[in-house]
Amino acid sequence: MSLPAVLAQSSIKPRDRSVTGCPQNNDLCPGWIADNVDRYVDPFVRHVELTALALAFGFPIAFALAVLAYRRRWLVGPITATTGILYTLPSLAVFFLLQPVTGRGITTATIALTSYTLLILFRNIMLGLDNVPAEIKDAARGQGLSANQQLFRVELPLAAPEIFAGLRIAATTTVGLATLAFLAGAGGLGEPLFDGGDGIVFRGNVVFCGLLCVLLAALFDLVFLLVQRLASPWQRVGTA
Amino acid sequence: MDAATLELRNVSKHYPGAPKPAIDDLSLEVGAGEICVLVGPSGCGKTTAMRLVNRMIELSSGDILLDGRSVKDRKPAELRREIGYAIQQIGLFPHQTIAQNISTVPKLLGWEKGRTARRVDELLELIGLDRSLAKRYPAQLSGGQRQRVGVARALAADPPLLLMDEPFGAIDPINRERLQNEFLRLQGELRKTIVFVTHDIDEAIKMGDKIAILKEGGVLAQYAPPAELLTFPADRFVEDFVGSDRALKRLALQRVRDIDLWKAATVRVGEPSAEVARKLEDADVKYPLLVDDHGKPIGWLSQRAWQGERVTHDLRSNADPIVELDDILRDALSDLLAKDSRYGPVVDKDGCVAGVLSIEALSHALAANPEDLPSPSERAAAELGE
Amino acid sequence: MSAPTVIAQGALEQFGNGLKFLVSSNTDEYGGGQVGGPGEVWDLLSKHLELSGFAVLIAVVIAVPLGLWLGHLGKGQFAASTVANVGRAVPALGVAAFLFAYLGPSKSNVIITLALLAIPPLFTNTYVGIRQVDRDVVDAARGMGFGGFRILLRLELPMALPLIFGGLRTAAVSVVATATIAPLVGVQSLGTPLIARGVYGSAGQIGAAIAVALLAIFCELLFAGLQRAVTPKGLKLGGEQRHKRRALTLTPTRKVQTP
Ligand SMILES: Nc1ncnc2c1ncn2[C@@H]1O[C@H](COP(=O)(O)OP(=O)(O)OP(=O)(O)O)[C@@H](O)[C@H]1O
Ligand SMILES: [Mg+2]
Repeated sequence: MSLPAVLAQSSIKPRDRSVTGCPQNNDLCPGWIADNVDRYVDPFVRHVELTALALAFGFPIAFALAVLAYRRRWLVGPITATTGILYTLPSLAVFFLLQPVTGRGITTATIALTSYTLLILFRNIMLGLDNVPAEIKDAARGQGLSANQQLFRVELPLAAPEIFAGLRIAATTTVGLATLAFLAGAGGLGEPLFDGGDGIVFRGNVVFCGLLCVLLAALFDLVFLLVQRLASPWQRVGTA
Repeated sequence: MDAATLELRNVSKHYPGAPKPAIDDLSLEVGAGEICVLVGPSGCGKTTAMRLVNRMIELSSGDILLDGRSVKDRKPAELRREIGYAIQQIGLFPHQTIAQNISTVPKLLGWEKGRTARRVDELLELIGLDRSLAKRYPAQLSGGQRQRVGVARALAADPPLLLMDEPFGAIDPINRERLQNEFLRLQGELRKTIVFVTHDIDEAIKMGDKIAILKEGGVLAQYAPPAELLTFPADRFVEDFVGSDRALKRLALQRVRDIDLWKAATVRVGEPSAEVARKLEDADVKYPLLVDDHGKPIGWLSQRAWQGERVTHDLRSNADPIVELDDILRDALSDLLAKDSRYGPVVDKDGCVAGVLSIEALSHALAANPEDLPSPSERAAAELGE
Repeated sequence: MSAPTVIAQGALEQFGNGLKFLVSSNTDEYGGGQVGGPGEVWDLLSKHLELSGFAVLIAVVIAVPLGLWLGHLGKGQFAASTVANVGRAVPALGVAAFLFAYLGPSKSNVIITLALLAIPPLFTNTYVGIRQVDRDVVDAARGMGFGGFRILLRLELPMALPLIFGGLRTAAVSVVATATIAPLVGVQSLGTPLIARGVYGSAGQIGAAIAVALLAIFCELLFAGLQRAVTPKGLKLGGEQRHKRRALTLTPTRKVQTP
């Protein structure tokens, strides 16, 4: 089968044939984009939603796994291997592999994106906990903090830099991957990117969508950075 | 809370996979309010022995009794809240302020806020830190200040027992000595039972009411007060460990005020010479000591100074070295040797002559029975009582 | 029958169809030509591997010498971390679409996109791999009269190999995964049946998804094996624990890093 034929069939949803003018000439068309900015709003909101959902599910799961593995060392290997496989599986493949079970839509996309964040978050939480100096753990235990108190009052606050770093990496990666979510029928910025004016990927549209993605990634990054700063005032004083 | 008694009964610890035990059948008793120092070469099991007490490490066999109650019957976390814990690396929580660090255990024990805050203030004062430091983070303190905070944190809930693992180990010698003295002063006030780990025999002698010397493999070589240890080492190992200068080390245990001083014939300018002769008969030194109107030493008189009717200002030598009553004997001896002198005047706090310290008096003191020597706690208490 | 059972049965059937798509050809959705079967899958796979192979090759040729050189000189700490971070934030799809929009559909555009994706992990890992070689060892070698080039070749490179191959592994796996989206910009790969549902049907989608997933895992295992093979014996002996931990903190483009 010839390539144009394949492409002709490759549309995921019915084309909007009504778009004419500047986009057809494959230009930057800032005017057209400004006039049609509405078509980017929903995908953008959905993109935020997808990223936020992936982190909102991924973080508690990874957190629970990390705490479990932190207490039972032998679990580190199996958990790393399992989340590693999830990380290795191309998200596009996962979108389609999930479809027979969860259908098309935001559920499928969220599951795939969530599974992708697990390894990043798990590794970073573990790293953060492991990096807490031994003498501080010892002092906490020696003072009579219970295992949970040690974890929540001492080890986690001190692991915050690595944990937040993990969140930031997970967020930026997820923003990038969520551009593919439209293939799972979940929308996101990938949709206007590829369905831009009459199915033509015109230049302005690509640039604009790409900018929105980068902007969103930077936004997530900034938010986590800010939260981390606010949550750990002690880090701003000189180091010991 | 008062001090507790501590008893280790045939305690052994065998780390899994280790060929030999780390602690082998160790028994010792620590009286309430005593400092027991665990000392020995690296790897002999000092830290292990100490950490068995608050169940940071679990016993393999034997038992440990705190105030007569087995630690095995206690929940580890609760037990640890009752036992102060200070370590060489301090382990202050970097994400908490000094005040928060100090209030760790009170918070765990559910003290109300006001009481905790008052306690923090009290402790800061006790360890001599300004209250303004309470809101700082550990990274903003000097090493010595952090070490003090570590001790304050261990003392926060007024525990009857304190475990200290080389608490001054990471501090430079000058600051270490200062901290040691401060700590002894504190202990004179608090009278806690303390298990103190060090590998420095001098620190052990200085700090310990009793010293437990451990050998490789966690075997107890000797458990005795410092003076006894120095006078009657149990075996070659102890003898080698305390060093060939153990007689000198004993001198570190006493102050000038603790021994029998020689009497001096103190005279003033203008005094009748006949009086001088009479005073000399009573004295242990054969030269009169010239003092000023306030009784402060000026120098040793020459023969000529009292040939005439009255004593004149004619010295054979000045009064150096002048020793203070509170000087440690070892330092006093060092002063004598440095001035190439067989004796020197001893002065009290006001600088007035209280007697004469001589090489002979020192050697007499070394022959004294070790049981007559005061313990650090007693010394600290005596100083406070003044 | 309960709802979950129905779903499970439906899912099983679809997976079955997907597998069938891989092993035997069927009539396409329009009843026109034949799609699927080993012949077409093999054809798509070879196109997929061609794109990926060229992309990784180009990335290696650019990133590794650069990383070796900067790492050896000890310069470019900032560049290394910037490359790592920016590389992650820009979506591969965006780059692909960008090149497509500007240069039209062509294999070389896809290869460039994929190479751009592979450069950051390769570069940072190579750089860090060289930098983490014990400076004392390097000094000692210099003291023995080793020249700069010889130090790089005989000392730094062997010790950096595990990390370099770690970067290669990351790069290869993500390139193979991303090559799946090539059909979106008009270039065929194993992703074609995923995108062109209209032609290949849902069996084609599932079949291709299975193939892509297997390919990625195969790639991961292959390069993990390679990485192990190039790790000098001395490093393996030097404490499993230490080595693991170091790889964890320093493999900067994969899984763990502190921006
Ligand atoms: N967790 C452990 N597992 C196995 N062996 C241990 C463990 N902790 C200590 N040991 C061993 O037990 C012995 C005693 O160790 P310990 O730490 O009590 O010595 P120490 O007297 O405090 O030494 P140092 O003066 O160097 O601090 C050593 O031989 C040490 O190797
Ligand atoms: Mg020790």
